Amino acid sequence: MSAPAHDIRRYPGARLVTAVFFLWLYLPIAVVIWFSFNENRLVSVWTGFSTQWYAAALQNKALMDALRVSLTVAVIATIGATAIALMAAMVLSRAPSKRIYKLSEAVVNLPLMLPEIVVAVAVLILFSQLGIANGMVKLTLAHTAFCTPFAFLPIRARLQGMSRDFEEAAQDLYATPLTAFRRVTLPMIAPGVFAGAMLAFVMSMDDFITSNMLNSGGSTTLPVYIFSLIKRGTTPELNAISTLMILVSLAIATIALAMSARAMRRDL
Amino acid sequence: MARGKAVEVYNVSKRFGSYQALDQVSFTIHENEFFTLLGPSGCGKTTLLRMIAGFESPSEGAILLNGAEIETLPPHRRRVNTVFQSYALFPHMTLAQNIAFGLENLGWDRKRREARVAEMLELVHMTQFAARRPAQLSGGQRQRIALARALAPEPQVLLLDEPLSALDLKLRQAMRDELRSLQKKTGITFIFVTHDQEEALDMSDRICVLGEGRIQQLGTPAEIYEDPENRFVADFIGETNFLAAEVLSVEGDMARIRTPFGLEITARQKGLTGPGPATLSLRPEKIGMQSQADGHVLQGTVRGRNYMGGFTHYTVDVAGQPLRVSRRNALSHAESFEPGQTVSLGFREDSARVLAQ
Amino acid sequence: MTRAALKSFRLWGLVPAWALMGLTLIIPVAIVAGVSLADRGPYGGFNWALNVSSYREILFTMGWTDELEFDPKYLVIIGRTLAYGLATTAICMALSVPVAYVIANARENWKPFLVYLVTLPFWVSMIVRVYAWLIILGNEGLAEKTWKFFGGGDVDTFLFTPGAMLTGMVYSYIPLMVLPVYAAIEKLDPALLEASHDLYGNRWTTLRRVILPLTWPGLAAGAILVFVPAIGTVLEPMLLGGGKQMMMGTLIQTQFGGGRNWPFGAAIAMVLMAMVVIVLVLNARRAAAIAREMEP
Repeated sequence: MSAPAHDIRRYPGARLVTAVFFLWLYLPIAVVIWFSFNENRLVSVWTGFSTQWYAAALQNKALMDALRVSLTVAVIATIGATAIALMAAMVLSRAPSKRIYKLSEAVVNLPLMLPEIVVAVAVLILFSQLGIANGMVKLTLAHTAFCTPFAFLPIRARLQGMSRDFEEAAQDLYATPLTAFRRVTLPMIAPGVFAGAMLAFVMSMDDFITSNMLNSGGSTTLPVYIFSLIKRGTTPELNAISTLMILVSLAIATIALAMSARAMRRDL
Repeated sequence: MARGKAVEVYNVSKRFGSYQALDQVSFTIHENEFFTLLGPSGCGKTTLLRMIAGFESPSEGAILLNGAEIETLPPHRRRVNTVFQSYALFPHMTLAQNIAFGLENLGWDRKRREARVAEMLELVHMTQFAARRPAQLSGGQRQRIALARALAPEPQVLLLDEPLSALDLKLRQAMRDELRSLQKKTGITFIFVTHDQEEALDMSDRICVLGEGRIQQLGTPAEIYEDPENRFVADFIGETNFLAAEVLSVEGDMARIRTPFGLEITARQKGLTGPGPATLSLRPEKIGMQSQADGHVLQGTVRGRNYMGGFTHYTVDVAGQPLRVSRRNALSHAESFEPGQTVSLGFREDSARVLAQ
Repeated sequence: MTRAALKSFRLWGLVPAWALMGLTLIIPVAIVAGVSLADRGPYGGFNWALNVSSYREILFTMGWTDELEFDPKYLVIIGRTLAYGLATTAICMALSVPVAYVIANARENWKPFLVYLVTLPFWVSMIVRVYAWLIILGNEGLAEKTWKFFGGGDVDTFLFTPGAMLTGMVYSYIPLMVLPVYAAIEKLDPALLEASHDLYGNRWTTLRRVILPLTWPGLAAGAILVFVPAIGTVLEPMLLGGGKQMMMGTLIQTQFGGGRNWPFGAAIAMVLMAMVVIVLVLNARRAAAIAREMEP
């Protein structure tokens, strides 16, 4: 099929803008990765290839501590947020649109509607009022809260796309409500649950504003630690750390998107 | 023939808010029967089916399954299976797993399950597809698997919710015959819901015509078509001409009436008690035109013609009253009528029906 | 299980969500509102009270003679926050239309891949993305080298300029604009374009009279998604603005260190939240108006 001489769908310049846009989108990522292999101590002066900064990063105890804090908080927050979001989504997708359900949906999505800095200030004041001093407890609670809508949205979308017929068919075929959930509903919405959990995990790992506000000794997360490094000056080691983080993020994103694409194909 | 009662529906009503979906409906379905609930959308037929399956509960009244009250039983404890309109085949399971699902929940052991799955796949001619997933099937194949899955647990009653509506015309015709023969082969009571009167007439032992939440008529296909109980049924099933008529006298199930053409005839009546206004129902294919005219002959003028292939529909003006006349295009086109042409029409008294207004 | 038990089970599923959001958001935000009316504590923190001095402080400072003097320094910050928020939103809108249009008209098997390319950087940690711009725009960075390569004159630094701020902010939030705009353009029936051309419209009339009006819901949705986080942002002003470009987010943050003014920080937070609420309410009204129009 050849395009007609006068293709009305083409706009001159649009493709060029798009090409430049994608270059611009990936330029910073490429620059960070490129300079992470720079031998020179100065970030932007290339003198030769080296992996020494990766070695330095992996031996950095403070970095590893921050990573441990971030992972612990992210795993707990992901599990908590996904479980809470799944329960709420099950209720909200199966209910008529009554007032209380609309309100509940808004409440679940509340962290998306408030500026994060306000939320951060709010939890800071709350914890100071409650006298909770344990940094990990504070972080985990706050992260679970702002991760919940990210877990909720894909699960909700998946449940809304799923006809009630499937659950009814399961019950019609002698499955108890629990069996129907375990063997039909859950496997069918699994891609949504997985995507939601991935999003929640990434959001928790990425968070700076709240974690910085709640920062105290022993609960410094990875982004907060990186911020403190940046404040001290850019170094190639920082580039190496950033590169590692970029690769992990991209891997998680690719897995998540590939899985949801596969699920879409399966259900067609 | 004395047969057991598979399903008994007693005075069932259903309200959704202020909307009355079903109003005091009662009927009995026999064992081994192909029973159809027929009606326009919104007549309550699907609601009734969902109540038998256990997805809705009646606002009033009771439903008995094999003589036992089922109101308190949740869907998963009712020995009733459904073929869903959307088929609702589980996309994450193979066809064999889909069919085995109900058997597993009933606690059948592995050996028995596998044998039954093989038997069902055989029954619907899908054996070679056992390991496929629903997404890899055509519409007709999905339909067969949905049937096999619902029949596998040997339900007392099989519910079918417009199962043919998603198929194209040719396939639908073939599936009708297949459904009918499956029902005879398995001996299971089928309750079939449809809004397609042709499907209903073709397959059913008995049809229950539902309209506006009430039973309009219950009977065999021929009874429903030939002897409609009221205007609603005559109008919904097939095509007909309604003519305002004046009842002169009623004697049993016969009535003497005067038609708008001034003609006086005696015909079968339903629901009349004495003189007064009534409706005359006359099916288009039961009106003869020109040479075939016998009985009472009317003069008319052809106003419109619709060529439909196997049939031609004419609109004929008789004393200012339009009449639909249907003629088979049999051996030749010799008897084609032109608009403007004058024709004579006739019908037999015993093919006319007098109904309450 | 009886039906009544099932019904109550339905509501039980919502309890954890309500408890979590109540504990970590609803109650705390109410407390922030309360704190904004409190007296500041001597070493950070606050003492409960009921006065509006923190809000008054936004507009006035206490002069030497105990008189209130109008001082616009915080109004400037609020104005700058709004300006950056609006500019970021506008740039994102302008960029996303051609990009989304090209993606929507790409070959069918390319589309998911291009959408994936748009979302991918968004998964990378925010701090890493801002840091990347810090390297590019910093001294002797890629931006400066490119500038000099093309014969540009001496520059002090690209950092700490509005341009650096906007680059960082647009980079952070643009996927939130491209995706809804793409969804809107994707849904566009190609026959509408053909109809417009058939009725003697050229490309630009078609863009202005057909494509843009039908893309508007996507643009509006994207505008909300970009504007709300943009006015609350903290990282870009701190790293790319270098303290010269104080915004409301950074202002709030600095008030919550030790020895700072918590009630004043809370008051600024309430102002920021009010701005967001106004935007969301306006958006909800617009959506409701559109829904009304669609009804027969």
